[in-house]
Amino acid sequence: MMPPGEVRKVFRRRRLIALAGFALIVALTLGSSLVTSFDWPASLRSFPKAFGWMAANFIPNEKAMRSAPKIGLKLAETVLVSVMATVVAAAFSFFMAILGSKTTRPHPLVSLFVRLVASVCRNVPVVAWAMILLLSFGQNVLTGLLALFIGTFGFLTRAFMETVDEAAESSVEALRSSGAPWLATVTQAVVPSILPQVASWILYMVETNIRDATLVGILTGTGIGFLFDLYYKSLNFPSAALVVISIVVVVVLIETGSNALRRVIL
Amino acid sequence: MAILTINNLTKYYKDVRALSDVSLKLKAGEFVTIIGRSGAGKSTLLRCVNRMIEPSSGVIEFDWKDMRSLGRRDLRRARTRIGMIFQHFNLVSRQSVIENVLHGRLGYKSTFKGSFGIYSEEEKNHGIEVLERLGLADQMHKRCDELSGGQKQRVGIARALVQDPRLILCDEPIASLDPSSSKTIMDHLHRISRDMKITILMNLHQVDVAIKYSDRIIGIREGEVVYEGEPRKLKKKTVAEIYGSDAGDILFEESPE
Repeated sequence: MMPPGEVRKVFRRRRLIALAGFALIVALTLGSSLVTSFDWPASLRSFPKAFGWMAANFIPNEKAMRSAPKIGLKLAETVLVSVMATVVAAAFSFFMAILGSKTTRPHPLVSLFVRLVASVCRNVPVVAWAMILLLSFGQNVLTGLLALFIGTFGFLTRAFMETVDEAAESSVEALRSSGAPWLATVTQAVVPSILPQVASWILYMVETNIRDATLVGILTGTGIGFLFDLYYKSLNFPSAALVVISIVVVVVLIETGSNALRRVIL
Repeated sequence: MAILTINNLTKYYKDVRALSDVSLKLKAGEFVTIIGRSGAGKSTLLRCVNRMIEPSSGVIEFDWKDMRSLGRRDLRRARTRIGMIFQHFNLVSRQSVIENVLHGRLGYKSTFKGSFGIYSEEEKNHGIEVLERLGLADQMHKRCDELSGGQKQRVGIARALVQDPRLILCDEPIASLDPSSSKTIMDHLHRISRDMKITILMNLHQVDVAIKYSDRIIGIREGEVVYEGEPRKLKKKTVAEIYGSDAGDILFEESPE
């Protein structure tokens, strides 16, 4: 046992460390606002005004309601493009994950290659992909679709690889030790083991892609993103607000739906 | 007649020696148990036999075949005659009992039939018959994640048996089971070796269980065989040596001598 004096010292030291941490955070905040000459009082004062403006202008009015059918159409297009990009990417990712996962890879070099490709696709933001693809494919739906596809492919390949390693490693060991052919091991042991998690990841990616598609659409001039951009730049704020609200509603609806689906699958 | 002969088997993991100069001979129908501390190299030894782990040097002869010289295809063929049973059962838990049992036949099938899971009537009947022998026929269509640990391990045994194996490697088959299920599993494995003349090579932590069931016990310490002989000749002192001196007393309270 430590003597009581020692115990008190340990606690005092811990308190001092916590205090030093807090002081560091305060110093960093003050320091960075000094460097960027951020004006705290002015920005705090601007809050009421900003909210006042939003309340006055960013509310859908009767005129905005007239553009509702158009918004609905573009929103449907965006949702469909997101679903399509996700499903196609998932199919590709599935095969790549089988080739790339530690458990099922045919050769370590194949795995390395898959990981490299997936990592590049994943770590360049979707918006950056959209801007790169704009140069070669122009402003159309295909560009947005491709951008979403590449990002989704990178993410899902990684997620599926981890799922394979986690859910199928032990049964793959058993089948390999019994002399089963590689492809039979994949279809009979790996596929049934990972199916529920794969479905769950696809649902998650559909949700994410609907949000990202809006952003991509602003760049590629398609879908709901384009419509928002158009209304916003033509100062038609009530219609822009209706776009935002309808996106939120659709995302919440899809999230609810996929959560229900997930409960059934898992 | 020796079914498995291991000569001077050595395994290095980078610079660490996991097995050094292990030599063994197993006869058909023999029940041999390997005891030793965790990390002594028991698991590595077992997996070197079917080359799930590649040995660094030495000779492994199974069923008159030099295992280390086999190419991919021939290795697969040789593995069909070696069953393997695992501590964590290694079943596809979302599939039914009979599906898991039939997985044991995949090694005999063409890639096409195997990939689509097409089994003959004969194979299915064989699977059911094996399940009956293990007392699991009524659970046949249950999903494996609904079974108890002991039942899962019996599915593992059934999967190994439909392979029509000459040797079954058992890696800690009862380490995650309760005492009563453990006894059932050990009794089944014992019967398999005695009645079906299938050789059993088993890693085990429980010295008393090893003494009760084995024809022969092999003690491994730091990758070296330090004891080999009949269970009744295993002395308390030897067990203490295998496990390191203090562990001997704790593990071996009901010692024969």
